[in-house]
Amino acid sequence: MAVTAVEVVYRGIFQRLLSRAICRTIVLAARKEGKIGTAFGRYSDSPERNGIPAKYFAVVADDPLELQETLAQYEPKAVDVSIVVDDSLCKGVESWAWYGLQPINELTKEGGTVLVTSIQESADLLEDMHVKDTPYNLAIVKGPKSFSGLWVYKDDHTDVRILGALAKVCPQLVGIDAYKETIREQWDELKETSANRAYDRVQSTPVEPGQGNPEEPFSFDMPGWETMEEALVVRPVSVGGGFRGGEGGFQPERNEVFKKWSTRTMRPVINFETCTKCTLCWLQCPDTCFDVTPEGLYDSDMESCCGCGVCEDVCPVPECITMVHESNFNDNSSQHDHWKRDRDGYMAWLEEMRAASTTEKADVGRTHGFYEVGQYEKEFEQTGVAGDD
Amino acid sequence: MTISTTDIREKEQLISGSEAIAIACAMADVDVITAYPIRPYDTVMQFVSKLIADGTLSCEYIIAESEHSQFEIVKHASAVGARVFTGSSGVGWFYAFEALAVTCGLRLPMVAMVGNRALDDPGAFGTEHNDALAVRDLGWMLRWVDTAEEAMDAAFMAWRVAEDPRIYLPCAISTDGAFLTHSQQIVQMPSQEQVDEFLPPYDRGDFVLHPDNPITIAPQVNEDWLIEIRRQTDAAMRRARDVIIEAQDDMNRIFNREEEDPFIEEYMTEDADVVLVGMGTLSLPLKVTVRRLREQGKKVGFVRVKWFRPFPAPELQVALSKFKAIGIIDRDYSLGAPQNGGVLYTEIRSALYDVTPRPPMIGFICGLGGREVTVDSSTEMFDKTFEVAETGHAEEPLLWIGVRS
Repeated sequence: MAVTAVEVVYRGIFQRLLSRAICRTIVLAARKEGKIGTAFGRYSDSPERNGIPAKYFAVVADDPLELQETLAQYEPKAVDVSIVVDDSLCKGVESWAWYGLQPINELTKEGGTVLVTSIQESADLLEDMHVKDTPYNLAIVKGPKSFSGLWVYKDDHTDVRILGALAKVCPQLVGIDAYKETIREQWDELKETSANRAYDRVQSTPVEPGQGNPEEPFSFDMPGWETMEEALVVRPVSVGGGFRGGEGGFQPERNEVFKKWSTRTMRPVINFETCTKCTLCWLQCPDTCFDVTPEGLYDSDMESCCGCGVCEDVCPVPECITMVHESNFNDNSSQHDHWKRDRDGYMAWLEEMRAASTTEKADVGRTHGFYEVGQYEKEFEQTGVAGDD
Repeated sequence: MTISTTDIREKEQLISGSEAIAIACAMADVDVITAYPIRPYDTVMQFVSKLIADGTLSCEYIIAESEHSQFEIVKHASAVGARVFTGSSGVGWFYAFEALAVTCGLRLPMVAMVGNRALDDPGAFGTEHNDALAVRDLGWMLRWVDTAEEAMDAAFMAWRVAEDPRIYLPCAISTDGAFLTHSQQIVQMPSQEQVDEFLPPYDRGDFVLHPDNPITIAPQVNEDWLIEIRRQTDAAMRRARDVIIEAQDDMNRIFNREEEDPFIEEYMTEDADVVLVGMGTLSLPLKVTVRRLREQGKKVGFVRVKWFRPFPAPELQVALSKFKAIGIIDRDYSLGAPQNGGVLYTEIRSALYDVTPRPPMIGFICGLGGREVTVDSSTEMFDKTFEVAETGHAEEPLLWIGVRS
């Protein structure tokens, strides 16, 4: 039986058409080799929501009966290649329906490949990717994340570069010639050239069992019909109390399972030394993620933050709150704890984070969406492909 | 960069069920399409918009302010002789309920796609069949399909039967949310010539509402007239059986489709001891399960009900009476019904009342809210049906399958 399945992990809504194009082209190219396939999105996602992690799939088989056997209607149980078109999703995928955090490589078969578009090195990505007990490969298509609008996508050749790389890392799915023919038909010869170049250039690194992020991904059990609340009534959480259970400050109670992980693409970093305790971030945060410390400072709880950037926008103190891209962080630990423990170390780290941010806040007001303003251009320069013929 | 346009003349397409029905609209030269967004029906809106933007489809495309107006507009368009298409999902379909009900009595043909969706709240958009089934008593013809290709065929069939002067009734095509509306499959396309041969233009004759043909429709009627109108609508629904058989014969011939029964699909039933019966895309896990169980020597089969209205009672009486036991799978619920059974279960139970031998039966409710119907749950249902075959009696007539306890 020769069934091959691929997933594309992307961020809604601005990568949906990119993912759809990748999966459709896989199935159309498979037809050139006499195979049959299907392409579909994960229905329980809500990919129209900004930044929401979502999935698209392509399943290819030798004949219709074999394709039926795969029951390709739902998220496959295992895939040969997990394609990741935003490397911040290497931290894991949480669906809109909050089932916890699914490691990015959870569905990747033994010996399969995680194929990421990234300007990071494989060692950096492996800090985010959860450990797996079977070996697989990590392949990188060098390039920044491709984001675009609702009905068109940035024609930066990300689609065909991924397909070219896919032909190299998973030739049993579709060979490069079939992709090239299909790409020529669907687009043009320039994109065919891009695919071919990615085929030649893609580098794949073996990942051994145990290699990667050792954290246990967040998950929870769902109750049965006899034990859950009638009509799934959601009870309120109590108001909360002092900071970390202490006497001073305030910390709201939070839902035990409703947490934020990879939904966020940016997070606020806070300068506790310039904070004027004006309360605006605490008041305006739509997710109540600020804890009030005993000294009246505001510590952002990273399991609650969706990365919207409102806090940065309303903060009246220049550069007191700066939104910084998630690729700079490996955990959800408290910034306030860090500052209390080691003020000098924290301030040095803060400067480092500010330098990592490309935001020119004075000019643009606030950051928003997935990218810091100017981030794409900066990342594109870092790929070294600009000016490459 | 542009998104590639769909050339509907291509012999083979990679399309979803929604896209297949949108293309059918273009090939059937539909005159008026109305829409109001709700997932998963809204996928058909997107493809209709795209076909219009590409210049492939030319029609009046009206985005109404609600589902009620959406269905009222096509109802009136149908009265003036326009071929129409519309649709909805879940509670959107219910918001149009008044318009859905009156269309039948006024004898206005209409084709609608129901992208089957749970009736929320609590918020949910997975497949359940209760939305389309809610109109089962009113004079709507109801069709369930399981592939994108069948969705396209069913659309042509729906216009042909609905617009037949012997019928003049609305017809809804049910496509399971996600599995058909959001999943792209390889579809072999009919040619425009084949479609034109199969589907004549809509001709309302002297029932057309037009200044040159001044008629009044929908007058006030009470006890003097209404029961006769209901009896006429009933007669039309009864005639639909023969018109569907006729149309299926033509479709098989013109589209070079394999001979198939218009009303039900029987899968590996010939020598089967027990069969499961269901509607829509759960046929996929069921067919795979049938093959796997047969490899183990178990004589099992699957029967898929394609038309729910008119209900294929004669076909099911013949097909089902020969088995040692039958299990009916409902992707719907009818709370408080006899045996607490689902809608399909109750209908089949009624259809088999006069049959000898009458096979013992058991009902299953599964896959609600779009929950996956797996090979494991299908196997469990076959096992339970085998138990019924052995004892000749279902200890518990109705089981919920795949529910977390």
